[in-house]
Amino acid sequence: MSSVAMWRGCRRLWWAHSPPARLPRPPPVDAGSGPVGSCGRRAYAPPAERKRFYQNVSISQGEGGFEINLDHRKLKTPQAKLFTVPSEALAIAVATEWDSQKDTIKFYTMHLTTLCNTALDNPTQRNKTQLIRAAVKFLETDTVCYRVEEPPALAELQKNEWDPVVAWAEKRYNVTIGSSTSILGPNIPASTKETFVSHLASYNMWALQGIEFVITQLKSLILSMSLIDRHITVEKAVLLSRLEEEYQIQRWGNVEWAHDYDLCELRARTAAGTLFVHLCSESSTVKHKLLQD
Amino acid sequence: MAALGTPLRTLRALLRELRHAAGRSYRDSPAYRHVLAAFRAHRVTSEKLCRAQQELHFQAATYLCLLRSVREHEALHREYHGRGERSPQEVAGLVGFRLPQQPGGKG
Repeated sequence: MSSVAMWRGCRRLWWAHSPPARLPRPPPVDAGSGPVGSCGRRAYAPPAERKRFYQNVSISQGEGGFEINLDHRKLKTPQAKLFTVPSEALAIAVATEWDSQKDTIKFYTMHLTTLCNTALDNPTQRNKTQLIRAAVKFLETDTVCYRVEEPPALAELQKNEWDPVVAWAEKRYNVTIGSSTSILGPNIPASTKETFVSHLASYNMWALQGIEFVITQLKSLILSMSLIDRHITVEKAVLLSRLEEEYQIQRWGNVEWAHDYDLCELRARTAAGTLFVHLCSESSTVKHKLLQD
Repeated sequence: MAALGTPLRTLRALLRELRHAAGRSYRDSPAYRHVLAAFRAHRVTSEKLCRAQQELHFQAATYLCLLRSVREHEALHREYHGRGERSPQEVAGLVGFRLPQQPGGKG
């Protein structure tokens, strides 16, 4: 996995520091030839890591919502907008992410911050309809609808694990989904898609970004909806999404640096997405009841 | 959702994770205080089946999963991820050389 190349490409998206501090350039290369880029950097060098430049992380409330302060500076998104979140719990979680960075800042572990930045900046510039359409489009290629015919143990496992979830979704949303073993996938009727479109339309824009993120991670609309409706836990949803991999791991053995790495990353992202959706779409009120004695 | 366990267990695991994440002054961190306050607020209720309590428990379990998997992911990354190429200075140092210093820059 060439994660380094991936991060280098995404590096520009993740700088969240506000004052015009220059990026620390590595020292110029003295030896002449070799894979030297035009700016003097070598082609395969990992990007210079950002050190932790703040001591305290705190939260303050502004007009638009809650803001994060790194020392005395306000956090900004990669497109230099002010970082504002509507929910206090979400702000606290983001502040904890920034506070738990030691020595260097590892942006690839800060999933909630990334989600908030995406919601604020909307870099793909999609409106609500396009997001919903992208989410419901996943139903046609939903993981839990694609079944194998052999090996029979795997087919049996898929039936036992995935059928209950599909049945739950069909009952909860009053739709027909079904499953199929053909390469074209199940035939999803238009009324099913309509139902999901109207259900997703009830979420606000931030929650929709989170939902779409979870769907992309789990590769399944049905698993994401059952997760967001609190029908299954994150660990169970990830397990169901990776069912075939788990089957092969049990058969052939576990490779820690690949399987566990992917598992932890998928769990982290899915948990972040789910938490993001719940925190963005809830509104809590405290009602005090008088004790009558 | 029987797989969640008791709220007490989730709360204890979550506070332990927050302790790992925060470091020395974990008890003053806003996350620690917020979690404790939220659990205390939802403890007493006259309803038999408290939906808000279940929602809070699910959220706490999700946050616990997030913190735990981020920590494990970082540990795996530190252990297995490659460090990238060596710089020319390090390569020269492998065989005992040092790169020449040119005061005015090259050429």
